[in-house]
Amino acid sequence: MSDELDLLYTDVEESVRDSVRSLLAKRSTPEQVVRVYDGDRSGLAELWQALAAELGLAALLVPEEHGGAGASAREAAVVLEELGRYVAPVPFLTSAVVATTALLEAGATDRLGELAAGERTAALAVPFSTAPGRAVPAVSVDGGVLQGSVHAVAGALEADLLLVPVRTDGGLELHEVSGGDARVTPVTSLDMTRQVADIDLTGVASRRIAGADAAERAVGRALETGAALMASEQYGVAQWCLDTTVEYLKIRRQFGRIVGGFQALKHRLADLYVTVESARAAARYAAAAVAAGHPDRSVAASAAQAYCADAAVLAAEEAIQLHGGVGMTWEHPAHLYLKRAKADQIALGTPGAHHALLAALVDLPAA
Amino acid sequence: MTDTDKTIADLAARVEKLLAEHPPAATDRLEFLRARFDAGLAWVHFPEGLGGLGLPRELQAHVDRLLARAGAPDNDPRRNGIGLGMAAPTILAYGTEEQKKRFLRPLWTGEEIWCQLFSEPGAGSDLAALATRAERDGDHWIVNGQKVWTSGAHKARWAILVARTDPGAPKHRGMTYFLCDMTDPGVEVRPLRQITGEAEFNEVFLTDVKIPDSLRLGEEGEGWRVATATLMNERVAIGGGDPRREGGMIGVVAGTWRERPELRTPELHARLMRLWVEAEVARMTGRRLRQKLAAGQPGPEGSAAKLTFARLAQQLSGLELELLGAEGLRYDDWTMKRPEVVEFTGKDAGYRYLRAKGNSIEGGTSEILRNIVAERVLGLPPEPRTDKDVPWKDLPR
Ligand SMILES: Cc1cc2nc3c(=O)[nH]c(=O)nc-3n(C[C@H](O)[C@H](O)[C@H](O)COP(=O)(O)OP(=O)(O)OC[C@H]3O[C@@H](n4cnc5c(N)ncnc54)[C@H](O)[C@@H]3O)c2cc1C
Repeated sequence: MSDELDLLYTDVEESVRDSVRSLLAKRSTPEQVVRVYDGDRSGLAELWQALAAELGLAALLVPEEHGGAGASAREAAVVLEELGRYVAPVPFLTSAVVATTALLEAGATDRLGELAAGERTAALAVPFSTAPGRAVPAVSVDGGVLQGSVHAVAGALEADLLLVPVRTDGGLELHEVSGGDARVTPVTSLDMTRQVADIDLTGVASRRIAGADAAERAVGRALETGAALMASEQYGVAQWCLDTTVEYLKIRRQFGRIVGGFQALKHRLADLYVTVESARAAARYAAAAVAAGHPDRSVAASAAQAYCADAAVLAAEEAIQLHGGVGMTWEHPAHLYLKRAKADQIALGTPGAHHALLAALVDLPAA
Repeated sequence: MTDTDKTIADLAARVEKLLAEHPPAATDRLEFLRARFDAGLAWVHFPEGLGGLGLPRELQAHVDRLLARAGAPDNDPRRNGIGLGMAAPTILAYGTEEQKKRFLRPLWTGEEIWCQLFSEPGAGSDLAALATRAERDGDHWIVNGQKVWTSGAHKARWAILVARTDPGAPKHRGMTYFLCDMTDPGVEVRPLRQITGEAEFNEVFLTDVKIPDSLRLGEEGEGWRVATATLMNERVAIGGGDPRREGGMIGVVAGTWRERPELRTPELHARLMRLWVEAEVARMTGRRLRQKLAAGQPGPEGSAAKLTFARLAQQLSGLELELLGAEGLRYDDWTMKRPEVVEFTGKDAGYRYLRAKGNSIEGGTSEILRNIVAERVLGLPPEPRTDKDVPWKDLPR
C-alpha cells in the first residue's frame, strides 16, 4: 500500500466493536455504572472478567507466543472507543494497555500469560497524571526493600500486580510488587469510574524486572501508548455526548418548536460534530501509528492526546448545557461523561504537557 | 502480493513507461501533460480514456510522488482550481460521452481554464434564487443576466453556469446547468476589486449569449441537483487539505517561528502549539475523508473539512501578523492586479490575513455549512422555509 496509514475501521475491528458493545449494553448501563459513586463496586470484577476472559480483551496486545491474541493497538483503540462510550469502570486501559506495554517493553514476559487470560490485572505505579517523556516519581530501594509512596495511581485498587518505577544510583529500574503487599488507599476521585488510589510501599519487598535502560524505555513507551490509545476513549466519550445531545434536541420542544431547530443550537452542534470527527481522525492516526511502530508515533500520540482531551471535555460540557436542567441531574448520565472527560484531560499529560512535548518533537521551541 | 500491492506495482510500471517514452527533461511540458493524461495517470480514479484507470482515488498521491521525484512537470493545479476541483467531477458525473471527451483533457492539462458562474447579486447563500434566464431557441439557449464574485473569469476559457429555465416552477426545480464559452459574444467580464487590493474575482454580464443545447449538462430543470454535486466537490477541494504535514497556512507560520527566534513569546507559543495540533488533526480528518471517499462522491461531510480549513486559515494568518509585530504593520502592494492564480498562502502576511477572510465566505459561508452539517449529517430540523412550493416568478424580490 502507499505509505498512508489506514484511518478507517477494518471488518475485524468492527466485529470487535460489536461484541464489546453488546456486552456493555447489557452489563454497563448508566444505572449500573453510577453506583460506583456511592461506593458500590459490586459486580465490577465480574464485568471485567466477562470482557477480559470471555471476549479476550485482556489478551489483545499480548503476542501469541505469550498466550495472547497478538492483535494490535488498532483493535485496542476500538475497544477503548466503546469503553468510553459506556464510561465502563474496568481496568482495560491501565492493565491491558499501559501495564501490558510496560511488561512487553521491559522484556518481562513471564507475567503476560496470566494477564492475557484475565486471571490477574496489573497497574503501573505512577500518578495517572504523568505525561510520557517526563521523569516519573519513583520510590527508592534499600536492601531489596522499597521506601516511599505514589499518589493518584489509576487501576491500583483492582491490581494484583504493581509495576513500580524505582530510582537507584544506576538509574531507573522497574520492580514488581504483589498488590496484596502494598498498602493501597482508595481516593474519593473526580472520576469514580476510574478511581485512583494512593500506594504506600515503605518496607515492601520487590522483585526487579528491568534494569536502567530497559526500565526507562518501558515506562516511556507504556505512557506513550497509553496516551495514544486514551485518545480513542476520549473520542468515544465525545461521540456519546454528541449523539445523546442531538437525540435530545430532536424531541425537546420550547416556544412551540423542536429546540434542535434553533439555528444557534444547530450551529453549536455542527461545530461539535466537526470537533468530534476530528478527534476520531486524530485518535485513529495515533492508534495506527502505534500499531505500525511508525516513526511518527510520538508526534501522533501527543497531537491526539492534546486534541482529544479537550474535545471530550467540550462535548461533555456542551451535553450538559444543551440538556438544560436535566443535564445537571444525577439521574441523567451526562455527569458520568463529564467526570471521565475531565479526569482524562489531566491523565497521561494535560494538553499543555503534550504541546510542550510536541514543541520539542517538531522543532517549534518555546523560546 | 495483495491486490493493492499489484495495483501499485502496475501503476509504477505505467509511470516508468510514460517517463521512458516522454523523458521530462527532453519533452515539451504540454506534450508531457497530454501523454500523462492519455496514459491514465492524470486522475487515476477517473475512467480509462478520460485521464484515469478506474482506481481508488487515494492512489493518485502515489503517482504524483513518483512523477515529482522524476522531475516531471505538474499541471499547475493552482491555476485551474475551479476546473479541476469543481467542473471536472461534475462533467464526469453528469456529462455526455461527447462532453467528457471534449472537455476533460484540455481542462486537466491547463490548456483551458474554467470559472464558475453561479452567484448573483440577488442570489448568494440562496443560490437557488438566481435570476439569470436561459430561454430555449431551437437547438440553442439564449442567456441573459448578471453574475458576481466570479473568480478567474478574466482568464477562463469556459464556465460552469446555472440559469433559470422555468420561472413558473418553484426555485429549486426551474434551473438548468450549462457549460458556457467565455469567448462568446455577449459575455462581458469586469474586474471587481477585493479586500486585498487585487481583482481575483469579477462581475460577469451575459447579454443574449447563445449556448448550444449540446452544452447543457444534465437534464432541463435538473440544474439544482447538478449544482449541488459541484458545491460538494468545491467544499472538498477547498477544505480537503494538504497531504503534507505543515502544508498550508500552518507551514508558513511555523517556518517564521523557526527562522525568527527573536519574535517568540510564551503567549504566542501556546497559541501556536494549539493551532499546530489543530492543523495536524485537520490533516488527519481530511485524510480520513479522502479514504472514505476513495470510491464514492463527496457527501455533506465535506462541509466539515471546509469549516475547519476556514477557521484555521483565519486564526493562523491573524497569529502570524501579531508574531511579526512592527513588520505586520506593513503591506506589500495595494496596486490593483488581476492575478493568474488564487493565492492562499503566497505573498506576504498582510495579504494572507486579508485573503483568508474569504475562506469562510467562498464556496458556501460557514453559517450555511453549519446548517448543512446540522440538517444533513445530524438530522436536526430544517430552517423554516416559506418559499418552497411557490413558483419562482411569484417570490418577493
Ligand atoms: C473570494 C471569493 C471568491 C468567490 N468565487 C466565486 C466564484 O468563482 N463563482 C461564484 O459563483 N461565486 C463565488 N463566490 C461567491 C460566494 O459563493 C458567495 O459570496 C457566498 O455563497 C455567499 O453569498 P453572498 O456573498 O451573497 O452572501 P449572503 O448570502 O448575502 O450572506 C450574508 C450573510 O448572511 C449569512 N446567511 C445567509 N443565509 C443564511 C442562513 N440561512 N442562515 C444563517 N446565515 C445566513 C451568510 O452566512 C453571511 O454571513 C466567491 C466569494 C468569495 C468571497
